[in-house]
Amino acid sequence: MEKDRREFLKIGGISVLGLSALPVFQALAQQQGPRYKPDPNALQGAQWAMVVDMEKCWEEQEKRQCKDCILACHKTHNVPDIPDPKREIKWIWLEEYKHAFPDQAHEYAPQKVKESPFMLLCNHCTNPPCVRVCPTKATFKRAQDGIVMMDFHRCIGCRYCMAGCPYGARSFNWGDPRPYLKTEEINMTYPTRRKGVVEKCTFCYERIDEGLQPACVEACKAKALIFGDVTDPNSEVRKILSDHYSLRRKVELGTGPNVYYLI
Amino acid sequence: MYDAKKIVPGILIFVVLFTFPLWSNLGKAAPAPKPELPTTEKVCVMDTAYMKTEHMVLLNQWRDLVVRDANRLWVGPDGREHFMSLQNSCMKCHSSKVKFCDQCHTYAGVTPYCWQCHIEPKENM
Repeated sequence: MEKDRREFLKIGGISVLGLSALPVFQALAQQQGPRYKPDPNALQGAQWAMVVDMEKCWEEQEKRQCKDCILACHKTHNVPDIPDPKREIKWIWLEEYKHAFPDQAHEYAPQKVKESPFMLLCNHCTNPPCVRVCPTKATFKRAQDGIVMMDFHRCIGCRYCMAGCPYGARSFNWGDPRPYLKTEEINMTYPTRRKGVVEKCTFCYERIDEGLQPACVEACKAKALIFGDVTDPNSEVRKILSDHYSLRRKVELGTGPNVYYLI
Repeated sequence: MYDAKKIVPGILIFVVLFTFPLWSNLGKAAPAPKPELPTTEKVCVMDTAYMKTEHMVLLNQWRDLVVRDANRLWVGPDGREHFMSLQNSCMKCHSSKVKFCDQCHTYAGVTPYCWQCHIEPKENM
């Protein structure tokens, strides 16, 4: 069969068109519904926040040296108890007023406020500096609910986030944390960390995604920790915030912390 | 050839030493790994052939789906839903790391670092 140039170009052009359509057909052929999905019980919120009612907390602490939230959090997440303060790992911890609120602390503040410990944790900032500085996106802000998350798999241990966080909410594993965990107390359903990664509070993303409240909130018998969606006007958190004057830590830095303190 | 007395035995010694692993293991095939399959369940999240060759790909995919995109449930080819978790799902059926994971990993000489963080089930042997 005789073929001239015009014929050859026609066939060639059609063939190229056909080849370019191939990936589209393949993609269409593979669509058999979603093969994964979120847990239907997962809590839904646009920006999780926490209110820490220090009055209630102090009342309980006076009664019985209460550290229920810290113990519950650290047990749930296999956080090691390292005595050396330079190497300690903390997700939720106690701190003095002047260190918690250095920008507003003054010497004439009520004696009780000055002397009582404050419960601190990651603020899950609206504009988190740790996320901006992380070179591997190991720490990231969840688009759906605003949790500042850690993907421990991706962390390379550069500690930029620790320099970036103005709240000291991040801890670095200088060594293997496992020797500091009591074997009988290890939570077998949650991993530990390894040497060379940074860790912090994750607002219990693993519990929220299964429809549970954070471990510290559940453990607090004084109901001093209240967790909820701050963008929802009907949430308990918003009701408390509209009824009481609240404090946030280092607001002038523009990080938009989402942990509120009532005194 | 100069120094043939030294060179020839030298080459011979080199060849013998270099091929030592080959002839010392001649005829002795290492036994094929026998990972112990769970008795409680018949089907895995995907078919056996896929799991044999691609389980590490699937685990990586699961990790991203869970940690980064907040998905929790995996719908298998048979429509069954599985909770996506190495520690809480895989190891529930494959309850012995030594008898399952390590069998092939040791044979193939790979040391996955999953277990530096994820806790293996307590072995009762």
